[in-house]
Amino acid sequence: MKLQRQQLLINNFFMFIINCPYCGERDQTEFTCHGEAHIARPDNPSEISDEEWGRYLFFRENPKGTHFERWTHDHGCRRWFNVMRDTVTDEIIKTYKMGEAKPVISNE
Amino acid sequence: MSNQNRTIYGGKVNREKPINFIFNGKHYVGYQGDTLASALLANDVHLIGRSFKYHRARGILTAGSEEPNAIVQLGLGARTEPNIRATEVELYEGLEASSQNCWPSVNFDIGAMNNFLSRIFPAGFYYKTFKWPPSMWLFYEHFIRKAAGLGQSPTAKNPDRYEQKFYYTDITIVGGGISGLLAALGAGRSGCKVLLIDENPELGGYLLDYNFSINEKDGKKWLKKIIDELNSLANVVILKRTTAMGYYDYNYLTALEKVTNHHVEFSSTLPRERYWRIRSKKVILAQGAFERPLVFADNDRPGIMMASAGQKYLSRYGVLPGKSVVLFTNNDHAYLTAFEFVEKGAKVTVVDTRDLLNAKISEKCKSLNITVFNSYSVIKTYGDKKVNKIEIQQVDKDQNQLIGEVEDIQTDCVLMSGGWNPAVQLFSQSRGKLKYDLKINTFVPDKIIENQKIIGSNNGQFNLQENLNESFEAGIAAANELNFNSVEKVNWTGKEEIEFTHSDVEPYMLGKKKVTKGSKHFIDFQNDVTAADIFLAQREGYISVEHTKRYTTTGMGTDQGKTSNVNALALMSHIHNKPVDEIGHTTFRPPYAPQTIGAIAGRSVDKLFDPERKTSMHEWHVENKAVFEDVGQWKRPYYFPQNKEDIHQAVKRECLAVRNSLGILDASTLGKIDLQGSDAAKFLNMIYTNAWSKLEIGSCRYGLMCNEHGMIFDDGVTSRLGENHYHMTTTTGGAARVMSWLEEFLQTEWIDMKVFCTSVTEQWAVLSVSGPNSRDFLKDLTNIDLSKENFPFMKFREGEVCGVKARIFRISFTGELSFEVNVPARYGRYVWEKFMEHGKKYNITPYGTEAMHVLRAEKGFIIVGQDTDGSVTPSDMNMDWIVSKKKEDFLGKRSFTRPDTIRHDRKKFVGLLVNDKKTILPEGSHIVEKALKQPPMKMLGHVTSSYYSPTLGYPIALAMLKDGFSKMGEQVVVPLMNGKIIEATVTDTIFYDKEGRRNNE
Repeated sequence: MKLQRQQLLINNFFMFIINCPYCGERDQTEFTCHGEAHIARPDNPSEISDEEWGRYLFFRENPKGTHFERWTHDHGCRRWFNVMRDTVTDEIIKTYKMGEAKPVISNE
Repeated sequence: MSNQNRTIYGGKVNREKPINFIFNGKHYVGYQGDTLASALLANDVHLIGRSFKYHRARGILTAGSEEPNAIVQLGLGARTEPNIRATEVELYEGLEASSQNCWPSVNFDIGAMNNFLSRIFPAGFYYKTFKWPPSMWLFYEHFIRKAAGLGQSPTAKNPDRYEQKFYYTDITIVGGGISGLLAALGAGRSGCKVLLIDENPELGGYLLDYNFSINEKDGKKWLKKIIDELNSLANVVILKRTTAMGYYDYNYLTALEKVTNHHVEFSSTLPRERYWRIRSKKVILAQGAFERPLVFADNDRPGIMMASAGQKYLSRYGVLPGKSVVLFTNNDHAYLTAFEFVEKGAKVTVVDTRDLLNAKISEKCKSLNITVFNSYSVIKTYGDKKVNKIEIQQVDKDQNQLIGEVEDIQTDCVLMSGGWNPAVQLFSQSRGKLKYDLKINTFVPDKIIENQKIIGSNNGQFNLQENLNESFEAGIAAANELNFNSVEKVNWTGKEEIEFTHSDVEPYMLGKKKVTKGSKHFIDFQNDVTAADIFLAQREGYISVEHTKRYTTTGMGTDQGKTSNVNALALMSHIHNKPVDEIGHTTFRPPYAPQTIGAIAGRSVDKLFDPERKTSMHEWHVENKAVFEDVGQWKRPYYFPQNKEDIHQAVKRECLAVRNSLGILDASTLGKIDLQGSDAAKFLNMIYTNAWSKLEIGSCRYGLMCNEHGMIFDDGVTSRLGENHYHMTTTTGGAARVMSWLEEFLQTEWIDMKVFCTSVTEQWAVLSVSGPNSRDFLKDLTNIDLSKENFPFMKFREGEVCGVKARIFRISFTGELSFEVNVPARYGRYVWEKFMEHGKKYNITPYGTEAMHVLRAEKGFIIVGQDTDGSVTPSDMNMDWIVSKKKEDFLGKRSFTRPDTIRHDRKKFVGLLVNDKKTILPEGSHIVEKALKQPPMKMLGHVTSSYYSPTLGYPIALAMLKDGFSKMGEQVVVPLMNGKIIEATVTDTIFYDKEGRRNNE
């Protein structure tokens, strides 16, 4: 895993440039992070329990490592998209459009 | 006599171009190419300033950015800068500088008595002495701060311009010495986009000062050819006079470029400094190394300097800092400087801590008549304002004891060399790990974290030959790793007269000998930290490096210990008898060198700090003496005082005008969002708490927005313009937030909904005319039928107003008959002026936000963000009437039934009327159950809005009160800051026209 990441860094020449799925590579300062992604709003809020609603409202992952987040390109196209980021290294592994499936993490 | 220490020839200064400058009020002449330090030395000025704590006489220690002693106050007035290193200041015509930390003058300084009292000022003195009683610290601090501190900050506003530059490149190379130049050449020839940064005005670094050969030919000519080639490469950008300040994650570097600092005339077109924000795929660090001082008694006197500095003053500036020179060294390489000094006419004596000398050097010394004392140490120096005598004594084999007779040497300049420390500051900032190299007795880079290379002496490699080829190849390799084609390698043969080898730096620390009482062995020159202080810190238990640093302040000056850190650590290692690696080192933090705040701020100052937004009627308000208030970024008229009215009189008049006749408000700042699309109604149903499906075209409706927690976060009126077309208004401050909120849900949650949101806030100027005469007034100016029957309350019409295409919304925030006239923004002022003219017969009165607030409070209309604070539900605000019971779902709905939101004792929105009918409760006042003499008192709520109501003739207030709805008519108490306790009665929130007849007229 470590080796793979190191290679990733070198191959992507990663330098906090974020690849907006709509605009291409832009400086990090143009973007805002909005926390965890792939939390769907319940379809039937009135039917679910307080606990379930509470989970949707308040419970968020805080992983050490790969994390999926929603970001916006505020000083650009103003579009929302998803980002797969490593919370330890700040490496942005992948960006993808809203509605696209969550990428699968390979451990090797 | 001027320039008495200048050599007749040699150096790179232009003797044809004299430059006049002033130091401490005295006029001097230097030459083009000088630094302030070299020009002062040339004029035999050695006493530059007084030290921080003991006010000791200090001179020039180094010739670069690491200088701890020769720091001056540069420039005058608003442009004056403190703590500037004289060694870095390029001389310009008319330059003015002065000494710091001395009074009345550097030659006669009262504070110098601290030096004689130093027995009572050891490390930790302030901590111990002024600790008790704790309450007195603030008192002591005032005097301590006054006595300490170095230069003076300017008191006037800086008139200069600073700029920022964002830059992206393949490779950034920090350092334009031989390693950096060759790396740049390797990468540059490969076609990479290269940025080369160097803090000096001239590229070449170390090699500018020393003689060397390349392929048996003059090295200086070769160096020039390398630089010429770099200059000719279009893909290589070279920044001189630029210091890399910070190294952050993922090769993000900041650098400060001095653009016009070295000119006396400040340019009107160029900034003073430029702050670079650089992102690069790769970074190559080639910052070189700093020479390390030796630690001996009174090693801080003017006239004592680093050997490399002496070399630089002599070879680059043609300045001979002394005629009878002692070189005190623990290594071979420093002998080059001894030879150079002899060649330029000085008499040189060498004191070498080592017992054996390389035969070649020994021979050359003999031929040059240089006396060498082997296994000797300098043990003390003399001289009031400049060194004039030293004492030396033999050191035993283990360097444990001083033995034999003490000998005197008369001298006017001591050059010292204790080896070299790689400049690892940036490397360390980039989280690179260091290790201690026992061969050269210093920390060198070990583990690299970033996508980075570190080369040359910065990497602990001091040998010229090795550096030439390794650096060039590092440049090629870096380019290669970025997928650029390799270029041919070159083999250069580089030679110095004395090669630097790893084995020739003898560890020499005075620690092994007893620190003599009464004399000072300086470790940190700038912060006046002596070896005895380090000993003391260890004795008192401050054993961790971080504790020693803070207790003694070693390494905490503006030089950040560039010359002192390694010596302090080596001494600690000796005291604890532990390897230096185990002692560790303190953290290096940005900035690498002091930098101006102005450069960090860049252009984001004054009016550009935060943009001001103005309506199209703004200038009219200015001309009519409006007092403004900031609402978000908007400038809004607060009130329009007439004659000598104060705010109360003006607001009263404005309110009464609206209630009795006609007022006009510039409401252009309201957020306006144009919504279109076949799902717009469906979308509004989800966003607002009330129902929107049945809103007819031409109708308006008030709506509340809640977040998913069920808390109110904005409100406004939305009107249906067409089948799939709505015009939404938001609060002035909330417009951007609402827009983002709408986009968030459209883009992430309901991505199939067909709705487009467009901000039209600035496209419309809004003139809100309000008051019983507003219909009569407006009907003459428009082709729209304003009759009650054809244009009832909460309707919208399109037509013309004053000949301009307009939308009129019949909505009211004052409770009076009102028309909100929207015209294209560019006609705003035109229509406003027409209104003012035509409205004369109704005494039309422009009113500001304060009157608006009073009028709406009389009606109990909420202001989101004033009466609400993000923790209240519509139910808390007594606004259940606007929450749809029928809608299956909308944002926030589910949270209305959470246990916490249905609690009965939540704070509820109520009115308050003070019983004395005259006190205006301060907004924010606490409502308590029972007033006690002093807090704590049980709090029931707080006042959110409070005004004197001109309409009613007494004060009114709105408040959040626990379980307030069931307290109607009850008494509460409000203790004020001034000790008064005010009694009030809880009421509902509508104080005026409870039936709402007036806006329906």
